Amino acid sequence: MQFELASIFFFVVVGLSVPLVMLGLGWLVRPRVPNPQKLAVYECGEVAVQSAWFNFNPRFYIVALVFLVFDVEVAFTYPVAVVFRRWVLRGQGGFAFVELLLFVAILALGLAYVWRHGDLEWIKATRRDTLDEAP
Amino acid sequence: MSAFNPGAFFFYLLAGVTVISAAGVALARNILYSAFALLGTLAGVAGLYLFLGADFLGVAQLLIYIGGILVLILFAVLLTNRIGEVRISNVSSGLIVGAPPAVAVMALCVRVALRTPWPLTEAVPAPTTARLGEAFLQELLLPFEFVSLVLLMALVGAMVIARRAAKEKGVR
Repeated sequence: MQFELASIFFFVVVGLSVPLVMLGLGWLVRPRVPNPQKLAVYECGEVAVQSAWFNFNPRFYIVALVFLVFDVEVAFTYPVAVVFRRWVLRGQGGFAFVELLLFVAILALGLAYVWRHGDLEWIKATRRDTLDEAP
Repeated sequence: MSAFNPGAFFFYLLAGVTVISAAGVALARNILYSAFALLGTLAGVAGLYLFLGADFLGVAQLLIYIGGILVLILFAVLLTNRIGEVRISNVSSGLIVGAPPAVAVMALCVRVALRTPWPLTEAVPAPTTARLGEAFLQELLLPFEFVSLVLLMALVGAMVIARRAAKEKGVR
């Protein structure tokens, strides 16, 4: 296993060094003739409206929060998925399947909850039938 | 150290990445740069887990901390008040208050590291994920299903709080 990890490490090293070398070579070779148009944020002609340093919509945060919970779910499901074939071959596949299904079903309740409350709606105000108006 | 020791080399490389990025998190004047430096810290810790043979823990660290929590932290940073005034976002005015506890905790950690007898066990270079899966389906079956319930509670609770916070901000 140590050798496999070493190959992952070399993959990371190569993956990091290829773009760094390419950008570094370009930086060394290219001529530098800056002018205001070139230094603009969008070189293609679009004029920036305002600074990018402003408060983002909290919606991003809420979606990331929902994502995090299901991310943890994936991390917990993965080890079971690894041994699932072994359990099927042993004739106990049904048991493993039901257990996994229960695990996912409980969290599907959570998905149904956020869905029903309209937290997944990108523009919330257009929906009037959400439970959110309740006190 | 006479011969080249690849184990020690990898350890110091990963530890260096972790410590330098952690210093970046603590010392960056801009809170957004702190959040980005956290990427290096978390990745370095994941590398250390893999280095120690904890493959599932390392990948879970990558998946949850870098893929989930770091993104959440970045969005939280983007939601902070007065983010536009970058210079005030991360003043080190807490240096006088923060330094003594930091030194004390450091001293405690060093003392614990030196005083504790660390029992050396034989390294087991076997993948842990399959064993964990077997455990989830056998002796840890009830805790495994309970985790699902805990996650459900966390989701509902977090949504209730986050929704209220979003409403107070008035940006709907």
